[in-house]
Amino acid sequence: MSYFLDRLNFFKPASEPFSDGHGAARREDRSWEDSYRRRWQYDKIVRSTHGVNCTGSCSWKVYVKNGLVTWETQQTDYPRTRPDLPNHEPRGCPRGASYSWYLYSANRVKYPLVRSALLKLWREARRTGAPVEAWASIIADPEQSRSYKSKRGMGGFVRSSWDEVNEIIAAANLHTVKAFGPDRVVGFSPIPAMSMVSYAAGARYLSLLGGACLSFYDWYCDLPPSSPQVWGEQTDVPESADWYNSRYLIAWGSNVPQTRTPDAHFFTEARYNGTKTVAITPDYSEVAKLTDHWLHPKQGTDAALAFAMGHVILREFHVDNPSPYFTAYCRQYSDMPLLVRLERRPDGRLVPERFLRAADLGGLGERNNPEWKTLAYDEISGALVVPNGSVGFRWGEKGKWNIEEKDSAGRATLLRLSLAGVHDGLEPVSFPYFGGVEHAYWIESKFEDVLERTIPVRRLALGDGKEWLVATVYDLLLAQYGVDRGFGGGHVAASYDDNVPGTPAWQEKITGVPRADVIQIAREFARTADKTRGRAMIIVGAAMNHWFHNDMNYRGLINMLVMCGCVGQSGGGWAHYVGQEKLRPQSGWTPVAFGLDWSKPPRQMNGTSFFYFNSSQYRYEKLGVEEILSPLADRSRHTGSLADYNLRAVRMGWLPAVPQLNTNPLQLMREAEKAGIPPVDYAVGKLKDGSLDFAFADPEAPENYPRNLFIWRSNLLGSSGKGHEYMLKHLLGTRHGLQGKDLGERGATKPEEVKWRDEAPEGKLDLLVTLDFRMCTTALYSDIVLPTATWYEKDDLNTSDMHPFIHPLSKAVDPAWEARSDWEIFKGIARSVSAMAPGVLGVEKDLVLVPTLHDTPNEIAMPYGVTDWKKGECELIPGKTAPSMVVVERDYPNLYRKFTSLGPLLDQQGNGGKGMSWETGHEVEFLARLNREVAEPGVSQGRPRLDTAIDVAEAILHLAPETNGHVAVKAWKSLESFTGRSHTHLAEGKEHEAIRFRDIQAQPRKIISSPIWSGLEDDNVSYNASYTNVHELIPWRTLTGRQQFYQDHEWMRDFGEGLMSYRPPVDTKTIKPIFGKKPNGNTEIVLNWITPHQKWGIHSTYSDNLIMQTLSRGGPIVWLSEDDAKRAGIEDNDWIELFNVNGAIAARAVVSQRVMNGIAMMYHAQERIINTPGSEITGTRGGIHNSVTRVVVKPTHMIGGYAQLAYGFNYYGTVGTNRDELVIVRKMSTVDWLDGEPVPPSAKEVA
Amino acid sequence: MNAVNYIMFQIFPYVALAVFAIGCWARFDHGAYTWRSGSSQLLSSRWMRLGSNAFHIGVLAILGGHLVGLLTPHSVYEHFMTSGQKQLLAMVVGGLFGLLCLVGMSLLLVRRIANARIRATGSGRDLAVLVLLFAQLLLGLGSIVVSAGHMDGSQMVKLGEWAQHIVTLRGGAADYVADAHWIYKAHVTLGLTLILITPFTRLVHVWSIPLGYVVRPYQIVRRRTAPLDYSSRR
Repeated sequence: MSYFLDRLNFFKPASEPFSDGHGAARREDRSWEDSYRRRWQYDKIVRSTHGVNCTGSCSWKVYVKNGLVTWETQQTDYPRTRPDLPNHEPRGCPRGASYSWYLYSANRVKYPLVRSALLKLWREARRTGAPVEAWASIIADPEQSRSYKSKRGMGGFVRSSWDEVNEIIAAANLHTVKAFGPDRVVGFSPIPAMSMVSYAAGARYLSLLGGACLSFYDWYCDLPPSSPQVWGEQTDVPESADWYNSRYLIAWGSNVPQTRTPDAHFFTEARYNGTKTVAITPDYSEVAKLTDHWLHPKQGTDAALAFAMGHVILREFHVDNPSPYFTAYCRQYSDMPLLVRLERRPDGRLVPERFLRAADLGGLGERNNPEWKTLAYDEISGALVVPNGSVGFRWGEKGKWNIEEKDSAGRATLLRLSLAGVHDGLEPVSFPYFGGVEHAYWIESKFEDVLERTIPVRRLALGDGKEWLVATVYDLLLAQYGVDRGFGGGHVAASYDDNVPGTPAWQEKITGVPRADVIQIAREFARTADKTRGRAMIIVGAAMNHWFHNDMNYRGLINMLVMCGCVGQSGGGWAHYVGQEKLRPQSGWTPVAFGLDWSKPPRQMNGTSFFYFNSSQYRYEKLGVEEILSPLADRSRHTGSLADYNLRAVRMGWLPAVPQLNTNPLQLMREAEKAGIPPVDYAVGKLKDGSLDFAFADPEAPENYPRNLFIWRSNLLGSSGKGHEYMLKHLLGTRHGLQGKDLGERGATKPEEVKWRDEAPEGKLDLLVTLDFRMCTTALYSDIVLPTATWYEKDDLNTSDMHPFIHPLSKAVDPAWEARSDWEIFKGIARSVSAMAPGVLGVEKDLVLVPTLHDTPNEIAMPYGVTDWKKGECELIPGKTAPSMVVVERDYPNLYRKFTSLGPLLDQQGNGGKGMSWETGHEVEFLARLNREVAEPGVSQGRPRLDTAIDVAEAILHLAPETNGHVAVKAWKSLESFTGRSHTHLAEGKEHEAIRFRDIQAQPRKIISSPIWSGLEDDNVSYNASYTNVHELIPWRTLTGRQQFYQDHEWMRDFGEGLMSYRPPVDTKTIKPIFGKKPNGNTEIVLNWITPHQKWGIHSTYSDNLIMQTLSRGGPIVWLSEDDAKRAGIEDNDWIELFNVNGAIAARAVVSQRVMNGIAMMYHAQERIINTPGSEITGTRGGIHNSVTRVVVKPTHMIGGYAQLAYGFNYYGTVGTNRDELVIVRKMSTVDWLDGEPVPPSAKEVA
Repeated sequence: MNAVNYIMFQIFPYVALAVFAIGCWARFDHGAYTWRSGSSQLLSSRWMRLGSNAFHIGVLAILGGHLVGLLTPHSVYEHFMTSGQKQLLAMVVGGLFGLLCLVGMSLLLVRRIANARIRATGSGRDLAVLVLLFAQLLLGLGSIVVSAGHMDGSQMVKLGEWAQHIVTLRGGAADYVADAHWIYKAHVTLGLTLILITPFTRLVHVWSIPLGYVVRPYQIVRRRTAPLDYSSRR
């Protein structure tokens, strides 16, 4: 009745003592305990997850109470997978468990915000002008535009309204399209798999507008170009449950418990299952404590270690005691038996050239693509045969693109691995050697830079009448690895103790790993793989991929796996885990995301090259092409700078470019129409006569700037923005900490074809719009910040490569304050654009340039050498020697209608992916009934509605083979026509299964096996990459159709990467100009800059979360070894500064035994908005981890038109490497928080 | 004037005591989660140890002194000491603890006003209570000076009679303070006001001094009293 009265019970015994009065049992009111029960009561639970690119894709219960999200806990209702496998649950980590903090935190973006300096100009201009004119007047006035651009990152946001921000954005976009071209409107958003609908929102808007989406996988440097090189596959990996099936697990540069927290249990469970585990990491990282063995090669030298392990494997399991399993595997599934031409150089050297092709011998009966069909000797007939499966069989004919052990005439074959025994002679062949390249901070192993090794060869008279020597990849590979097979000659070793490139003794000096360890681990690895038919696995993170010569590190590992027959086997293979790349329902999502239902092709740009040019990082390039060329390359064919290479790649149709041309493509089409010439012919003519050129030929000309940039689902400037200070200076035009001088200022050699302008522009972007739920660094630098829904406030889809389930993000509560979901935000912008367009832009013709894309017939464009039309080496043929050119119609007044409905091209042209295609009218018809048809008259009348995020999710799920069994069967059927084999049985059991949005909200659902991916997901096998290649005999999508040890493209050879070898880090030359130049009295030391993933955050997210701050030190930290710290007089928790010519960082030191000498390790993307003091070097606030980096591009990643070496969005292209960087480290003498900085008056008032 | 006097010293005391008793009860039953001392020590411990301890020791001694001094009938102590001696004792002891309390409260007051974190987090009521207590203390200390002018203890006896009349529900209590110096009247009025507002402020924590901890056994268990069916509340 009353708590008070209930306590008045003086006549009842107060307590019953026990234990001699040490305890007492009381009878008293206990209703107060209900408060604790109520603390954990809630109104409802909603299933959602975190769209944070952590690869977790964990199912979470989100608790709602009184209309507010209160907390979250892990869901434990995953469907069971296979017998004998441990459960998936529980999935989740402390970071995800702290997410609900964000919803109501002070960091939440609550209203549409605009920087006051811009808003004042806008409102002033709007007083007299229409929106588009108003925008034009602001950016036309240099004084006005400078006045707001220079305030970026300096605060001054004021609250605006959705109507107003939509008007500003629409006006800016329309003006940019009209004045400069639609390709000057650009968007950056990464990792669609983490929230597919949200990604699709912006991408669909941009694609319908004619704007460009930037890629991210390559920009993040998570894309391993080695994967497309070897397999023709972007990245495909086993699910984490497959670790349990492994018998030998190497975690090589992957910190499993820290970065794959919800999956790590499979790693430990595998040990209970008898699996041996090994960690190979330069630091004593968390994974090392889970393993039986820890090797720590010096960072950046992993290729040398892998090279030596490969040497041991080849020696023991391919030469001395050949494993029948390995031999058979390599014969069928790798390029080992294929023949390579050996070129006799004028100086007498014999150098491996390209693969021998059927066309070299007059076609050998092949009429279709004989120049794209590789050859081998058959042991059965002894003849030279054309094995099925090379890329020549993929296009232009049907039924022979498979890797059955047959030749194209259908005869059974047994391809010959070595020519030894049937050779015409033994010849010394020259290989480049890079291990002797000197570097001040790495140890070289000196030999001549060209090594000759003797191998067996055959002599062939080719169609050109000349006599050629040929050798197999097998013989070349063994020679390259330095394995002595008794053919005589030097540079091969019979003993592991010989110091010959490739041996365990040789690598000791470079890596510091004892030779005995190398021999032991390599031997155990191969022996396990031999006994278990390939159940040996290497888990690898992107750490090794962030080095400039990443391909060597990765190909070293991949070679080991292929040599041991592990790829494509359960429990085996290459487990490369980086971002959340696996967008399982990809081919259902692609048409929706890029508006392919209304118009194609979309504009897609490789992010690395975009930022390399447009943030003017190329102006500071210090790496010369000659430094990375092979000593065997013809240097006269390799002049110019890295930027020149990129420009040539664009010109030859290898890489895309945004902005595309140095003119507005809409204007170009108008001119063509006026001249009465077909648009493509008109453009080709102008390109040829030089009156039209690519924008990258003159990137600093105002007509070639990117003008508008949208960033959503990303913290580009606080996390992934390599060359951060360059971005601030050139792209944004605001305060920066850049210390270096450009090529002009230094009087260095300038690019030869990219036009040099002494004056570098600052502030190329007119408008930077960021959508975020938290005030991250990028938002702080934006002109407009739009409040978006959190992961508990929107409906979306989420998948991962770590498990086969498809997850929802669900709207547990409405978006707080004035936030809206990404879909609603872009819908609103689209509506404003369409409303504003009449009178500005109507139905327009646009010319879209598309590079020669992988998985299309265009991928076989340049079979032999590299030919540049600009230099007169060939004719300009769009789609062959230059980009394809496609005229696309843009309908600006109807953009909104198109955005919100599924267009007719899907029913007319079908859907597809990875070279396959299928009719999909039935699915579109179904969606029209499920989502209902658009009733309003106009272009979209009668089309399926895409009004809400759930409509979009349903469209994705229903169009994709992974989530709709009918489509899966159609997709497998499409593949059957290529391979001539039966595949539909892989999906028939699930034909009538279709997963819908409410299904996955009820429980995560397992996807259906589809030919878009190379693994199967069924009751018998865990998902594992290349499984269908090995077990269904579907070729890898490479030139040879097989896994390639050898890369025969001219540039691959010229840059010394035909075969895998060790290459030391490159010299970025960022230290000398500034070392000791700005002293503060403390000792300066130079360390290698290593930026792995965090423990207390996922990229920058959570690093500003109070709960995670409390677990960590709460602010930027950098780890140093005890010796290095002592050398520089630094103690734990001291404030230190890290700098080079790129910029400077201020952080606190963590001095730890974990770190080896020579490394400064900063967990990447620690948000710089918390506890970051001023830098003594730059005078402004300390930067992010990318303030000391600059992107350096690599020519071999630009190759196109060459089977697997062909561009694909996020698939191939330049990658943003950053690990070769060095920094100067020193203790700070004064820590200035810059708190007294005056707030500019403009920040305070708005008109 | 007489009516004002009657209201203030005959009626108001009962109003204050009634609000105090009923208010505390109501708050204990209906606002149990607001029943707390509202300490700001977590936000800032600076000056807290000295200020809070000095204040609490002082104020508890003074309160005890007032209770004993005012409510002990003259007949009980006249065997030991004269009222003049008792007044001297009260002035000395009260003055010493009053000064201790003054030091403590000054620190707390400055801290509450000057410390940005506490200012931002604390409520207006917290500040008001502190200011009123401070004023009451100054009045009390001021009354010592006035008392020094008449060391015979007669005024003190009158105030005691007033208090004893009030607590024994007798009429005519107001007459005992009718001709007292204004400072006594103000002190009494403010004291009654503090009693009045206690249920609405953090002062309720005076009820919850955990003295039982000193003698409790090591382990205390509670017998199950709730029904297994949690939905039916007793």
